[in-house]
Amino acid sequence: MVQFFKRSLVGVLAISLVGCATTYPKDFLKLSESHLQNRQLQMRQYDTQNEAEIISACAGVLQDLGFTLDDSESELGLVVASKDRDATDAGQVAIATMSVILSALGGASSNAFEKIDKTQKIRASIVSNPSLDSGKTVVRVTFQRIIWNARGDVSRMETLKDVELYQGFFERLSKSIFLEAHKI
Amino acid sequence: MKTSACRMLILSVVTLSSFTLFGCVSSKQQLLATNESQVQIRSIQTRAFDTTDKKKMLRTVISTLQDLDFVIDRADLMIGTVTGSKFTANTLLKLSVTVRPREKTQLLVRANAQYGLKAIEDPEPYQDFFGALEKAIFLTAHQVD
Repeated sequence: MVQFFKRSLVGVLAISLVGCATTYPKDFLKLSESHLQNRQLQMRQYDTQNEAEIISACAGVLQDLGFTLDDSESELGLVVASKDRDATDAGQVAIATMSVILSALGGASSNAFEKIDKTQKIRASIVSNPSLDSGKTVVRVTFQRIIWNARGDVSRMETLKDVELYQGFFERLSKSIFLEAHKI
Repeated sequence: MKTSACRMLILSVVTLSSFTLFGCVSSKQQLLATNESQVQIRSIQTRAFDTTDKKKMLRTVISTLQDLDFVIDRADLMIGTVTGSKFTANTLLKLSVTVRPREKTQLLVRANAQYGLKAIEDPEPYQDFFGALEKAIFLTAHQVD
C-alpha cells in the first residue's frame, strides 16, 4: 500500500515539475519540401483578368457545395466559407459494434460508440491573384476539417490534400465561370 | 506508524495533484501574461521591408501562408491584416499578420502565432516565416530595433 502511494507521489511530482510548460515543433513556420507540389494541387490559372468575376464564381461554387460564406475581401481576392456535416464512417461503426459485442460477451461494458466520428466542420479558403502571365488570374483553394466524436471531443484536425477533392472543385469552378459568363 | 505514513502520503498526493490540476497562475492573469518584454516581442515579431505597396505585401503574405499550409481565415486591406490557421499534430496553430507603413519608404510587417494554448515568443519560427516571405516578395526583411 505504502509502496503504491510512494509510486503515485513520484508520478504526481513528475507532472508537477513539467507543469505548464508545453512544447511545440520549432519548424512549424518553415517551408516544407512538398510546398511546390501543394501549389500544383491547389492552384489553377484562368484566362481572364477580371478578378471580381472569378471570386464571385468561386462564391457560387461554394454555395453549390452547400458552404456558407464566412468572410470575404474583394480587394485581396479572398473568400472564406465553411459547412457542418455528418462525419459517421461505416467502418468505424462496424468496429465499434464488434467491440461492444465482444465486451458484452466478456461481461464488460464498452464505450466504443462514444469514440466514433460524429460531426465535422469543413473549411474552405479561396484566394485569387493576377498571374505573372499577363491577362490571366490564378486561383488557389485550401480545405481543412475538424472532426468531433459522439462524445463531443475533437477527434481529428487535418488539412485535406486529396487530389480528387481539388480536381472536383476546379471542375465545378470552370463550370461556374462558364455559367456566370452566360448569366445562368 | 504504517497508517500515519500512509495518511501523509495520501495528503501529499492530493495537495500536489491539486497544484497540477489548477495550473501555475490564476487563469485571469493569462490576459496580460507574456514571457518577454513588449519591446523584445515586437523586435522578434516585426520586420521592415523597403516597399510601400501594402496591397502587394498583403497578397504575398497570404500566398506565403498558403505555402506554409495555412487556411486563410480573414483579411482586410484597409486595416492591413491577415489571419490564418493550420493543424499540425492535431493542434490548432493560428497566425495573424499586420502590415502598416513606416516613414514614407517602408512597410512594417508583424506576425504573431499561437500554438494550441501557447503564445509563440521564440525568434526561430518568426525567422522562418520572414525568410519565406522575403523569398516570395524578392525583398530583404530588415530587423527593426
